[in-house]
Amino acid sequence: MGCGFAVSVASVSPMEPVIHLRGAVGLLGRFPALAGIDLTVDRGEIVLLQGPNGAGKSTLLRLCAGLLPVAAGTATVLGVDLVDDPTPVRVRVGLLAHATFLYDKLTVLDNVRFWTRAARADESDAARAMERLGVAGRLADVPVARLSTGQRRRAALAVLVARRPELWLLDEPHAGLDQEGRDVLDALVTEAAAAGATVLVASHELDRAAQLAGRHVTIAGGVITEDATHVP
Amino acid sequence: MFRDAGLIAAKDLRIEMRSKVTAGQVLPFALLLLILFAFGLDPDGPALEAATPGLFWVGVLFVTVLAVERAFAIEGGDGVRDALRLAGLEPGGIFLGKWCALALQLFVVEMVMLGGVVLLYGRTLNGIGLLLATSVAATCGIAAAGTLYGVLAAGLRVRETLLPFLLLPVLAPVLIAATRAFESALDGVPSDGWPWFNLLAVFALVYIGVGILTFGSLLEES
Repeated sequence: MGCGFAVSVASVSPMEPVIHLRGAVGLLGRFPALAGIDLTVDRGEIVLLQGPNGAGKSTLLRLCAGLLPVAAGTATVLGVDLVDDPTPVRVRVGLLAHATFLYDKLTVLDNVRFWTRAARADESDAARAMERLGVAGRLADVPVARLSTGQRRRAALAVLVARRPELWLLDEPHAGLDQEGRDVLDALVTEAAAAGATVLVASHELDRAAQLAGRHVTIAGGVITEDATHVP
Repeated sequence: MFRDAGLIAAKDLRIEMRSKVTAGQVLPFALLLLILFAFGLDPDGPALEAATPGLFWVGVLFVTVLAVERAFAIEGGDGVRDALRLAGLEPGGIFLGKWCALALQLFVVEMVMLGGVVLLYGRTLNGIGLLLATSVAATCGIAAAGTLYGVLAAGLRVRETLLPFLLLPVLAPVLIAATRAFESALDGVPSDGWPWFNLLAVFALVYIGVGILTFGSLLEES
């Protein structure tokens, strides 16, 4: 599994906060989501987002990815004003969501290549990311539809890693992964942060995620109720 | 933009090569339509001969609805539409790529249908230059409008039933112009058909232009 592939990021922003939200409210369809989020995250931080189901964790991640319109407040991610135009930030973030973002009919290799080329990332990174995630070799030529949940998750992670995002947005990243996959994921997150990426992890697996994150943010009812720094 | 278009077109065609939906379902449906039209209008009678151009293009429009639904069904997979928005691809490039892949598949289906017209209806393909030029221009316009209305309907729960209602009326000018051009090529004077070809070319250019300019907004809304 370990092939010497080091996680890197495409570019690193200056010292301004990577995420800067003030009273941010997103729009889910026609309805407001989140109740005014105040959050500042600096470069290289790994932040755990915790909270009950429906608290707004996934919505916050989607808002930071530039996928939700900002209905109220201010929101700047990677120096991009999301209220003005969120599109420039999208290619600079890597979102691992409940959905895998993969084409079922294409093979793992086709998928990773396609999304890597779309992001104008280095294709050699795609191959190395697949090796690192254990989806190279025999699995590379298997259509995604025939993969297990965990293998799809690994393939989705390979896409994320190969795109070399500056901001990793991980929604329940350990779900569906076996022990080995979880270890690889944790190592990748740590390496990404060391390389200058910023990581936001929404998780219910608090023991696991808490070991990664130096900061734990609790969200409930669409607002942040606790923000504490921990020593991982 | 053209780089992104190539990426999307290659991906769509690769998915078609793997899934064989056009080859295995759309193409047989097109040939079935030709056979059913022949049953309905007496294959040896004058009615079928006179109606062949119109039947051909009505068949193409039905096939288009299937092909457009398929083209956007593959983007409706596991969060793929969000992934496209995150990918950093130019919306105009996505439109051109999907248009190109759809047009290629439709053109292949039309050529097989033309073969069916020769074999099943016993027609001779006079004015082959006009026939081919009409097919190319009409296909470009149909695919452009199909791609535009396909993404519009893609995010809706009733897309399967809504798409024909949205798309078929818009394609009425293509049906009329392509039918007249085919009539001129098959049964009349081919030179009479070229003005209809010009109309088809204008339709295609307008819809390609509108598609490039508006696809991004439609993708955001879908």
